[in-house]
Amino acid sequence: MSIDLSQFIPTFLEESFEGLEVMESGLLNLDANDSEQINAIFRAAHSIKGGAGTFGFGHITEFTHVVETLLDEVRGGDRAFTPSLQSLLLQSVDCIRMLLEAARDGVECESDQIGTVHQELVAELEGGAPAPATDTPQAHPADTGAQQQKGWLIHFVPEPHLLMTGNEPILMMSALAELGDTELSVLEDKLPEFSELNPEELHLAWQVQLFSDCSEADVREVFEWVEDDCELTITPLMDTAVESAPAEEPAPQVDTPVEQPTAAETPAPTTQETPKTAAKPAARKASQEAGSIRVGIDKIDGLINRVGELVITQSMLSQAGSELAEQDLPAVERLHEGLVQLERNTRDLQEEVMRIRMLPISFVFNRFPRMVHDVSAKLNKQVELKLSGEQTELDKTVMEKIGDPLVHLVRNSLDHGLEPPEERLAAGKDETGIVHLNAYHQGGYIVIEIKDDGRGLNTERIREKALENGLISPDQPLAESEIHELIFRAGFSTAAEVSDLSGRGVGMDVVRKNIESLGGHVSVQSETGKGSTFTVSLPLTLAILDGQLVQINDEVYIVPLVSVVESIQVADSELQGIAGEGRLFRFRDEYIPIIHLRRVFDVASSAATASTSLMVVVEGGGMKVGLIVDDLQGQQQVVIKSLETNYKRVDGISGATILGDGDVALILDVAGLIKIGLEPTTKHELHRKNEQLQVEEEALA
Amino acid sequence: MATVLVVDDSASLRNMVTFTLKQQGYDVVEAGNGQEALTKAKGTKCDLVLSDVNMPIMDGITLCSELRKLPAFKFTPILMLTTESSPEMKQKGKAAGATGWLVKPFNPDTLLATMKRVVR
Amino acid sequence: MTDVADMLVDSRQVLTFILAEEEYAVDILRVQEIRGWSAVTRIPNAPDYMKGVLNLRGAIIPVIDLRLRFGFGARAYDQTTVIVVVWVNSGDRQRSIGLVVDAVAETYAISNDEMSPAPLMGAGVEPDFIEGLATLDEKMIILLNLDYLLNSGDLALDESGSE
Repeated sequence: MSIDLSQFIPTFLEESFEGLEVMESGLLNLDANDSEQINAIFRAAHSIKGGAGTFGFGHITEFTHVVETLLDEVRGGDRAFTPSLQSLLLQSVDCIRMLLEAARDGVECESDQIGTVHQELVAELEGGAPAPATDTPQAHPADTGAQQQKGWLIHFVPEPHLLMTGNEPILMMSALAELGDTELSVLEDKLPEFSELNPEELHLAWQVQLFSDCSEADVREVFEWVEDDCELTITPLMDTAVESAPAEEPAPQVDTPVEQPTAAETPAPTTQETPKTAAKPAARKASQEAGSIRVGIDKIDGLINRVGELVITQSMLSQAGSELAEQDLPAVERLHEGLVQLERNTRDLQEEVMRIRMLPISFVFNRFPRMVHDVSAKLNKQVELKLSGEQTELDKTVMEKIGDPLVHLVRNSLDHGLEPPEERLAAGKDETGIVHLNAYHQGGYIVIEIKDDGRGLNTERIREKALENGLISPDQPLAESEIHELIFRAGFSTAAEVSDLSGRGVGMDVVRKNIESLGGHVSVQSETGKGSTFTVSLPLTLAILDGQLVQINDEVYIVPLVSVVESIQVADSELQGIAGEGRLFRFRDEYIPIIHLRRVFDVASSAATASTSLMVVVEGGGMKVGLIVDDLQGQQQVVIKSLETNYKRVDGISGATILGDGDVALILDVAGLIKIGLEPTTKHELHRKNEQLQVEEEALA
Repeated sequence: MATVLVVDDSASLRNMVTFTLKQQGYDVVEAGNGQEALTKAKGTKCDLVLSDVNMPIMDGITLCSELRKLPAFKFTPILMLTTESSPEMKQKGKAAGATGWLVKPFNPDTLLATMKRVVR
Repeated sequence: MTDVADMLVDSRQVLTFILAEEEYAVDILRVQEIRGWSAVTRIPNAPDYMKGVLNLRGAIIPVIDLRLRFGFGARAYDQTTVIVVVWVNSGDRQRSIGLVVDAVAETYAISNDEMSPAPLMGAGVEPDFIEGLATLDEKMIILLNLDYLLNSGDLALDESGSE
C-alpha cells in the first residue's frame, strides 16, 4: 500500500516553524531551574526530529538529533547551560529553520553554516558529554551448526498478567506462522483448578517448532514486547538430533539472554512478578495551554464570508422593514423588534467570528528578543528589550504583513536611536539602553509603539539632508515635528547612508508605504537626548472597514474613513481660480492637489452642473489631496471583498463590497488613486505654490 | 471495524496516521495530548491506542498508566510511538502498562505491519 | 472534472445561446448559473465589453458582453438578455465570469462525430476562441473555448501575479 506522505508536509512544516519559535524564545530566556520550560524546548526539537524522519527529511532529523541530545543532557542536569551553548543552540535553530525553508521550497539548502554548526554541535556533544551508556547490541553468539539447522524451537511461558499488557499470544503465534511452518503444542500444566481460575490471567504456555531459515533476531522480534513478561527460550532446531528429542525438554545450552531462568523446565516457577517501577511520573501540572483546535484558515475565511453575507441580508431586511414602518399593524411592530434584535445578533456574531482570526501580537513580538540579542552584540551596545501588551490581538493577515515593518523600526532604534554605552554614560544615562515595544487597542485600531531612550532624532541633520535631497527649500520654516516627519518621505534616506549602518537597502518611506497599504498609519515623536517613539496604528482586520460612501453621477464609491481628513463644500469658482486649471486648492495652511474622480474614473457626466462641489480631503502616501464628488451618502461598516478572486486588480481601487441593496460598490485605494490621478505637472505646481506660500507667510510674520 | 485512538501533539503525524488507518477502514479518534486522550477514551470503545510519549499537558507514559486503570482499557493494546528506542524508555512504557512500541520515524506500511501484532 | 468527463464519454452536454443570430455553445458542466440581465457596477477605465461586476451570492464576479467582445456591435438589453455565469480555469484556480448574451437557446448532447475543427477564418470571431463546430438538425453551432476566451484581453491574469 502506498500513501502519498507529501500531503501532510505542509502541516509538518507549519508546526515545526512554530516549534522553532518555542525553542528560540525558550532558549533566550531559559531559566535552568524551570523544568517545564526546558521540557518544552526539548519537546519542540523532538517533534521536529520525529516529523522530519517520518516525512522523508533525513538530513533534518540527523541535524536535529544532535540538538535534541544536547537539550536532553541539559534537561537531565548533565550539562550546564552556558552562554556559549545558548548561542550554539540558537544558531542551530537558525539552521533548522533554513533546512525547513529549503524543504518547503523544494530546494537544496546551500548554506555553509549548517555544516559548520553541525560540526560544532557534535564537538560540543563529544566534549563535555557523559559517555553514552554503551548499548551492547545483542552480543552475537557464535552460530553453531548452522548447516544442519532447519529452524527454531521456542519455549514460551507467559506471565499470568500478560493479557493485561494488551498483548495477545494468538497473534504472536500467527506472527511466527508468517516466518515459516509451525508446529504448536500447548502446555497446560500450570492451569489452576477451575475454582481458582482467574479469567483475566493467563496460565497456558506454548512450545513451538518453527521451520524457517529466519534468524534468531526475527523470532525474538515477535516476542520483543513481552520479553520481560515471560520466560522465553529459543534454541536452534537441528536436522536430526532435536527432532527426535521430546519436545518438552528444550536444552537451554545456547545463548539465552541473562534474564532467562536457567531452570526453565522446573514445574511452576511461580510467578515472580517482574519488579515494576512503581514510581509513576507525577501528573504534569496542567499548564496554561488552553484547549485549542487547529483549523485551516480557508474554513475560517469561509465562515467570515458567510457572516458577511448575513450582515448584508440583515441590512436588506432592515431597509425593507423601515419601508413598512408606516403600516399601522401589530405585525409590523413585531417585525421591527425582530429586526432590531437580528441586527444586534448579527453584529455580535460578526465580531466573534472576526475574533477567530485574531492572534495576540506576541507572535510578532516573540522574534524581537532574539533579534535584539544578536544585533546589540554586533553593534556593541547594551540593550534591554521591554515588551508589553503582547496579548493585544489583531488579524492574522495584518500580523503577517506587519512583521517586517516592525523589524525595520526596531532595527532603526538599535542602529540610530540608542547610543553606545560610553556615550550614554557621558550623557548621564544608564549604559544599558531600553527599547520598549508596547501594543494596545484604540477604537478599531491596534496601536504599536516602538520607544527608545536614545539620543532622539537629529533635527538639524534631517533638515540638512532634506535640503540636499531637494525635499524642502532653504528657509522653509518647519516645526520640529514636521521635520521629523520628513524621514518618512520617499527619497529621504539614500542607500549609501543606510548601508553603512545596517546593511539595509530600504528606508522609512518603504516602512510607511507598507503600513499604509494595510490601511494603517505611522508617526514619530522625538525629543533630543531623551529618545524617540514610533507609533504604528493598524486596522484590527482587513476583512471590514469603516467607509464614507460618496456618489459621482449614479455611481457609489467607498472612501476608507481612516484616510478622510475632512469633507467640505467648495464653490466651483474656488476650484477654477487657482493655477488656471483648478488643480490646486488652498486647504488650511497649505495647497493640496485636486482629483476629479469623475475624470479619473471616466464617469459619464450628468447634465446638471452644480455651482458648488463637495470635496473630500483625504490623506495617503504622506500627501493630502481633495477628491471632488457629487454627493456624500453617509458612513457605514463594509465587508471587504477582493476583486482579484474572479477578476483582477484595478488601479485606484482596493476592493469591493456589497451594499444593503445587494449592489456592488468599489472601495477606493487612496494612495493608488493619488498615483494615477496626479500628473507630474501638478506636482511641480504644488511644490512651487507651497514654497510661495511659505515665503508669503514669512513676509507676513 | 476497529476503533483506534491516535494521540500525538504533532498534527502532521496524527494526520498521517489517521489517513493511513481510515484508508484501511479503521475508525479513528484523535487527541493532541494525554489529557485529551483520556477524556475521549472514557466515552469511546477503543480496540487500539497509538500514543506519542513526549507531549505537553500529559505525556504518553502517564496516559498509559491512567488508561490501564479504566476497566474498558484493561486489555486494550497500547502502542507507544517513540523516537527513543532506549531500553530505559521501553522499560518505562512497559511499567506503565504499554503493550509495545513503534519507533519513529515510521511509514504507513510499518505502522500497519506493527498493528497486526496486536489487533486482529 | 470536465476533462475527465470528456474523456470518458464520447458525447457531451452543451448549453447553447444566441448571439447576433448565431448559436454558440458552452459545455454545460461549465455553467454555474443563468440569470436575467440586471445592472452591474461599472469598473473604471475598463474596455467597453467589460460591463462591470456583479454580486453573485456574495462573490464579486466580472461580467462581459460577448457581442462587444467579439466586435459585433451593441444591442439594447431586453427581456431575453441573460447573463450566463461560467467557470473558467485560470492558471491554477477557477474564476466565475458572467457572459451577457442575447438569449439562451437549448441544451444538446453533441457526439464527438458531430464535431468538426474550427475553420481558420471565422465570421468575425477569433479562431482561437472557438473549440469547434457542430452541425445539428442542419444548424451550425459554435462551441466556445472558454478557457482561452476568458483569459484573454481585459480578463488576462495579472502578469505581476498580485495574488
